Amino acid sequence: MTGGMPIGDDDLHGYVDKRLDSERMAAVEAYIATHPDAAAQILRYQEQRQALRSALQHKYDEPVPVRLRIAGIQAEHRRRWRRSLGRVAASGLWLLIGAAGGWIANEELATGRSAQVTAASASPVNEIAQEALAAHRVFAAEVRHPVEVDVTQEKHLVEWLSKRLARPLRVPDLSAQGYQLMGGRLLPASAGPAAQLMYDDGTGRRLTVYLTAEDGGETSFLYVHDRDLGGFYWRDAGFGYAVLGQADRRDLLATAEAIYRQTGDALPVSGR
Amino acid sequence: MSEMAALIEPHIPALRRYAYALIRDDTSADDLVQDCLERAVSRWHLRRGGDVRAWLFTILHNLFVSQRRQTLRRGSHRTLEDVEHETGIPGAQEHAVIHRDMLRALAALPEEQQSVLLLIGVEDLSYAEAAGIVGVPVGTIMSRLSRARNRLRRLLDGDLMNEERPTTLRRIK
Repeated sequence: MTGGMPIGDDDLHGYVDKRLDSERMAAVEAYIATHPDAAAQILRYQEQRQALRSALQHKYDEPVPVRLRIAGIQAEHRRRWRRSLGRVAASGLWLLIGAAGGWIANEELATGRSAQVTAASASPVNEIAQEALAAHRVFAAEVRHPVEVDVTQEKHLVEWLSKRLARPLRVPDLSAQGYQLMGGRLLPASAGPAAQLMYDDGTGRRLTVYLTAEDGGETSFLYVHDRDLGGFYWRDAGFGYAVLGQADRRDLLATAEAIYRQTGDALPVSGR
Repeated sequence: MSEMAALIEPHIPALRRYAYALIRDDTSADDLVQDCLERAVSRWHLRRGGDVRAWLFTILHNLFVSQRRQTLRRGSHRTLEDVEHETGIPGAQEHAVIHRDMLRALAALPEEQQSVLLLIGVEDLSYAEAAGIVGVPVGTIMSRLSRARNRLRRLLDGDLMNEERPTTLRRIK
């Protein structure tokens, strides 16, 4: 041994994949010169690596089908974008009508609220977490229809969910955490309606924020995880919250804190 | 605009190869690559610098994982088993047999091991890049790689292709 770490299995793989620096490379070479078992192992890995590459080479060499040409995909993307812009313009009128209706309905809700609130109040917090997990599993996997109302209609989304949860809901801005809002949907929960907001990090990794109307006292952040999915849930300022994603605990906590900071004080809906 | 195409297109053959190796069906694999490219085009402005290839593989991998979660119980090994029962293969097709056996053995590995083996051994991504794509620490990548290679060897030695193993593949630097 030449003073460095003893040669391990990871060095053999590093050697096969040519991922070692020259010093470590030399150390492995010296090692296998006197350890025929390790030399044989490396040879087997190398053969296997090459065999797998040859087995798939034909796929790499195939001509790329027309439908996978970027120019075509770009054109389709632009076309869809223009169409949705048209739809947004058309829905502007309906938004105006809806907003007027919402204004009136809000007055009604303010008086009818106390009854609804008792029905929704203080479900056990871990129930929020369980329902949020289930909702994440179902909808985060959706490729085509991840949300019911998408981000192009964010104002409508906020008004609609606020109305259904009977309190002003704010959509957290998580761009500092690398997540962009995709949109949201309304869901049934055991204690009443719940809202799910979905975010995406640009690579397809999704994060959901789940909200229910809750009037129990504040709780601290509680950690929940289920296989690859983790998150935090808590109760604060009239809402039960859960934030879930496939990220590590530290990142999820930072995201939960960002949401807490943005939603803590019950300011009226900004509507942007 | 066409800068985006120039940066993405060189990686399409590799994306197709990876998707095919995981799904083993030409059409479904290209469907997945198409979803990946559509997403890449629409999220291009959200890309935060870095290597385009690793970014594309991350999108593809995430799409594969979420799609697989949806169709978990259906099982899609049929395409290879369909061609399995050919007999009397002439010498010229010996290569095809070896390749087929290799892909069948690959298919018998747990999916997470397949991904690591392909990203590192075939797509030549670094251990750190593979860790970023799969979303696990580098140490986990290393142990999956080791388990994958040993298990694949046992599968190939055991019942699939004892005497037909390629023997001329020495490429030590």
